[in-house]
Amino acid sequence: MTAIQTALKSRPGSAFDVERIRADFPILKLRPGGKPLVYLDNAASSQMPQQVIDRLVRYQTAQHANIHRAVHTLSEIATAEYEEARRKLARFINAREEREVIFTSGTTEAINLAMHAYGRKFIGAGDEIILTTLEHHSNIVPWQMLAEEKGARIRVAPINDAGELLIDEYEKLFNERTRLVGVAHVSNALGTVNPVKQIIAFARARGVPVLVDGAQAVPHMKVDVQDLDCDFYAFSGHKLCGPTGIGILYGKAALLERMQPFKGGGDMILSVTFEKTTYNVIPQKFEAGTPPIAAAIGLGAAIDYLSAIGMDAIAAHELDLLDYATEQLKRMPGVRIIGTAGEKAAVLSFALDGVHPHDVGTLLNQDGVAVRTGHHCAQPVMQRFKVPATSRASFAFYNTMAEVDALVAGIRNVQKVFS
Amino acid sequence: MADPKSLYQEVILDHNRKPRNYGALAPASHKAEGHNPLCGDHLSVALNLEGERIAAIAFQGESCAICKASASMMTASVKGNTRQDAETLIQEFRDMATGQIDVDKQPHHLGRLTVFAGVRDLPTRVKCAILPWHTLHAALHSVADTSTESENDPMHAPIGDA
Repeated sequence: MTAIQTALKSRPGSAFDVERIRADFPILKLRPGGKPLVYLDNAASSQMPQQVIDRLVRYQTAQHANIHRAVHTLSEIATAEYEEARRKLARFINAREEREVIFTSGTTEAINLAMHAYGRKFIGAGDEIILTTLEHHSNIVPWQMLAEEKGARIRVAPINDAGELLIDEYEKLFNERTRLVGVAHVSNALGTVNPVKQIIAFARARGVPVLVDGAQAVPHMKVDVQDLDCDFYAFSGHKLCGPTGIGILYGKAALLERMQPFKGGGDMILSVTFEKTTYNVIPQKFEAGTPPIAAAIGLGAAIDYLSAIGMDAIAAHELDLLDYATEQLKRMPGVRIIGTAGEKAAVLSFALDGVHPHDVGTLLNQDGVAVRTGHHCAQPVMQRFKVPATSRASFAFYNTMAEVDALVAGIRNVQKVFS
Repeated sequence: MADPKSLYQEVILDHNRKPRNYGALAPASHKAEGHNPLCGDHLSVALNLEGERIAAIAFQGESCAICKASASMMTASVKGNTRQDAETLIQEFRDMATGQIDVDKQPHHLGRLTVFAGVRDLPTRVKCAILPWHTLHAALHSVADTSTESENDPMHAPIGDA
């Protein structure tokens, strides 16, 4: 046992029982190719505990009907459960009001909603949008589409060699044409935690709204949208131990009310004639058609599960994993960690000298270790570090120190094969 | 699923370490660029046709070991042979990599190229192995650019549709 492991074991007051937590996740019992599954691709998608699976089964077995429509009992139950999920989400991120929480299909749709409903109404020719080099493609491409349509301009905040935003340079990007700021709370490719509070303060002082892409932050830390004072906050359910096909756009009520609808259809209207349609109030204005009811209710159950463990305990365990893994990889010759920001979430991107990340991924997979390899939908980050791709291990609260050891052993094997 | 170890055999690792026919070829009568946007693999193939014979061929680029070794062994296999022989190998290599022929049971001309048969069990890596062949095909047909994401995606369409 290493000194770090010993220190962790003996940490006073640590009630985090990772083995008990792992027992909740049936998929972690898999043995692909006869080896225990070491799932380190949590930044792409996390796994689902039995409690959430059971909730989905209960919904489909005894509660399913369409919502907000019929007067029959099942519809009333489904509507109540769906809205209860919204309440849970609102509490989880400390939204002021439940109606500020809009269900979407995921972070990508949440950002696209903001682009269509806010951007297309309030951003015009010559206006500017500030993004960062660290953004995921989903917080770049919608704004490029808007800029192309409107003749607006994208300005990009640079980063240093550690993968941290150059905050002085960032502030200089603001001018009288700045209409929106889009910023990742946590970089999916590098794990950098951006100083979003400071960025929001810059923007607030100039009356510019801020959209925070929280897809990689919400699973790893306590997020309080009122404390951040952001205007929009987007995240996904499937990275939060919930189902795929569900995500959230939080928006301040006053802003959401001024925005135009995104998708047209049922449920987003109050009345329709061929002469005039009156739109529904928020959040229904933005939830046209039958939403992913089961997925929303499943996400509500995932929030219950995470809240019972506690986001602070989750963050502490994940940072222990990150610190331990970082120490191990730092000591390995031929391994370069990409992204060494002072403040990071549990993401470890790395490159091996002379070995392409896809070969790393295939060989690690042979040892049961699942990592992501590629550009992580963040090609500007890859270009900044002059690599075509990286290998990325991303941790969740159900990962263990022994799994970090398995990753390290797997990397040694890759180096041996390519020596 | 086959043991991926069988893919990283010494012959593949050797061609990755010391790729044959690696570098630029100028002048070249035919050339093409190939890229796989999913993983960033990128390579160029240049060749000189003398009549129907591939007199010279070279490749260069950035890619994983599977792609580089495949390109290296491809150039060694087609150099000095006819365009028709190359087309046959392109078709057979593609069929092997996508599992449409069993090289242990069906006749083929692949020779040592059968070390790549294991990729058929690794769907995400099939394109890595095929990209050089795709690019050679494009070069022979003087198609300037090729991509594993184009309509002649090796996973979905015959490679001969460029």
